[in-house]
Amino acid sequence: MENIKNIQSAKIKNGKASLFAGRFISYFFLVLLVLLCILPFYILIINCTRSNAEIQKGFSFVFGNQFITNWKSLRSDDQLPIIKAIRNSLFISGATAIITTYFSSMTAHAINTYRFKFRKAAYIFILIIMMIPPQVSSSGFIRYVFKFNLENTYYPLILPAIASPVVFFFIKQYMESVLPHDLIEAARIDGASEFRTFHQMVLPIIMPAIAVQLIFAFVSSWNNFYMPSLIIETATKRTIPLLINELRSGSPETFDLGKVYMLMTFAIVPILAVYLVLSRFIIRGVTLGSVKG
Amino acid sequence: MILEIENKNKTFLDADKTVDNKKKRKHFSYSKWGYLFLIPFFVAFFLFTFLPLISTFYYSFFEYYSVGLDEVGPNFVKFENYKQVIFESQFFKYLGNTIIIWLLGFIPQIIISLLLAVLFTDTRLKLKFTGFFKSIIYMPNLVMASAFGMLFLTIFSTSGPIANILIRLNITKHFDYSTSIWMTRGLIASMNLLMWFGNTTILLMAGVMGIDISLFEAARIDGANSWKIFFKITMPLLRPIFLFVLLTSMIGGIQLFDIPQVFTRGMGNPNLTSKTVIMYLAQVLGTSKNYGAAGAASVMLFFITVVLSLVLFVFTYKKDISTKHKGRKA
Repeated sequence: MENIKNIQSAKIKNGKASLFAGRFISYFFLVLLVLLCILPFYILIINCTRSNAEIQKGFSFVFGNQFITNWKSLRSDDQLPIIKAIRNSLFISGATAIITTYFSSMTAHAINTYRFKFRKAAYIFILIIMMIPPQVSSSGFIRYVFKFNLENTYYPLILPAIASPVVFFFIKQYMESVLPHDLIEAARIDGASEFRTFHQMVLPIIMPAIAVQLIFAFVSSWNNFYMPSLIIETATKRTIPLLINELRSGSPETFDLGKVYMLMTFAIVPILAVYLVLSRFIIRGVTLGSVKG
Repeated sequence: MILEIENKNKTFLDADKTVDNKKKRKHFSYSKWGYLFLIPFFVAFFLFTFLPLISTFYYSFFEYYSVGLDEVGPNFVKFENYKQVIFESQFFKYLGNTIIIWLLGFIPQIIISLLLAVLFTDTRLKLKFTGFFKSIIYMPNLVMASAFGMLFLTIFSTSGPIANILIRLNITKHFDYSTSIWMTRGLIASMNLLMWFGNTTILLMAGVMGIDISLFEAARIDGANSWKIFFKITMPLLRPIFLFVLLTSMIGGIQLFDIPQVFTRGMGNPNLTSKTVIMYLAQVLGTSKNYGAAGAASVMLFFITVVLSLVLFVFTYKKDISTKHKGRKA
């Protein structure tokens, strides 16, 4: 009897010790990953406050005091029209985000609510085109852009977002789980037109999904580099990624690094700041529309 | 008595049927709205993806490019563009580079993400601050890839912080990744890894949480250790999500462009070993507007993705039906 008790308590102790070790290793691993994720951005933020000479001398963990100087030297650089670029990027990303979420909701509503003949076929078709990389059709797209003299305009960057299979899929998944068909029937009985039902009832109900997709669409358009690099040539029409690309003509040894870090700060930090405020909400959104296990 | 009930049931059933019929009729009369709401999507798809795709295919058989302001072609040349893209421009070398860089990032990524997904959901470990950890590891995903490439270019440059630290610690005298094939590829892959492992972790976590918790408990009571639980329960039930992650990552990997473009300054050096397929596409489209060569490269890329997607799609949906579980709430 005593023996059994001893063995049991030893087992429990052993289990506790291994649990403790497991937790310790897990936290260690996690903290390491977190540091790895933060380090590049930490270097970025530190270095945008230091002068070129200070940066060239070596890395430091404390802030410098050259933030204003770096900002002024970036602003006065005609090759890198930062204010214009921020305005252009904001406009394109904002317009894209609104257009893509509105029309994707409409498409999702069509597939989710109505039972028409080609519903299933349309749905499967959209899922299939989700798999085609957009760059595959870019050659023909660029040809049309230049044929219709739409280069250096923002239409070819914004309008294709009307048909966005990914955004559609996320919103459709969400709609399926929150929108009972009875509610639409009720709106019909009350005499609402189908357009009104969509705008005044469906859209408010799926607002959480729309909000998440607004953020994702905004960010991906803000970060978009491939298409703008082929369409935008005029310096004043450039977006932020195109300014970053301009830097490649120099090398890190000849840059005014303070200015370069300042430019990167403008490209990265605003998005990170918004993200850190909304992170819980955004992370919930990542899995919202993913495949169901 | 029994008859009465049966009759009642019958009338109920009939009533149900009429409601059903009514519903069906109603749906039918509303179906035109379904088509109407689909119009914007399909018009936009037709104009901005389908027509360009057809044009891409069509002009891949033509000599069609610009020299300065002059346009050459379009002249029909059969498969000349394909020959040129494959033999002179080394399309398959760039494809190989792309796949190697993708694998270099994806293999460690999937291992780390699986490990994290299991750690975060382990009911015995009960880790704290998981929300915080998830937020931080997902963060790089939202960063502008081109700026991230630029950031690494400056951090790893010969006079940058990393070189500085290595020299100060007397590990090397001179640090220059750009002359080494594997260091350049490795750095591009690590940027990709850093940007995507958070996303993969969150997706896999959702998968693990969808598995019935009693399965883990039962296995533990039966004396299975963590390894056994992972390989015999978690992995098999995670298959659909795992394949989904693999598919999306692969299609994303083929599109690899922003990071290497900025990081290697559009050159894909050393010796074109880090030049990706899309970098090549952007190059022929950008300077010479070579719709012939770009078309040929796009067509090949199209068929490669179609084949890859089909193979994985079939796998995913075959298994998806047999592994439906009631999800545990997050």
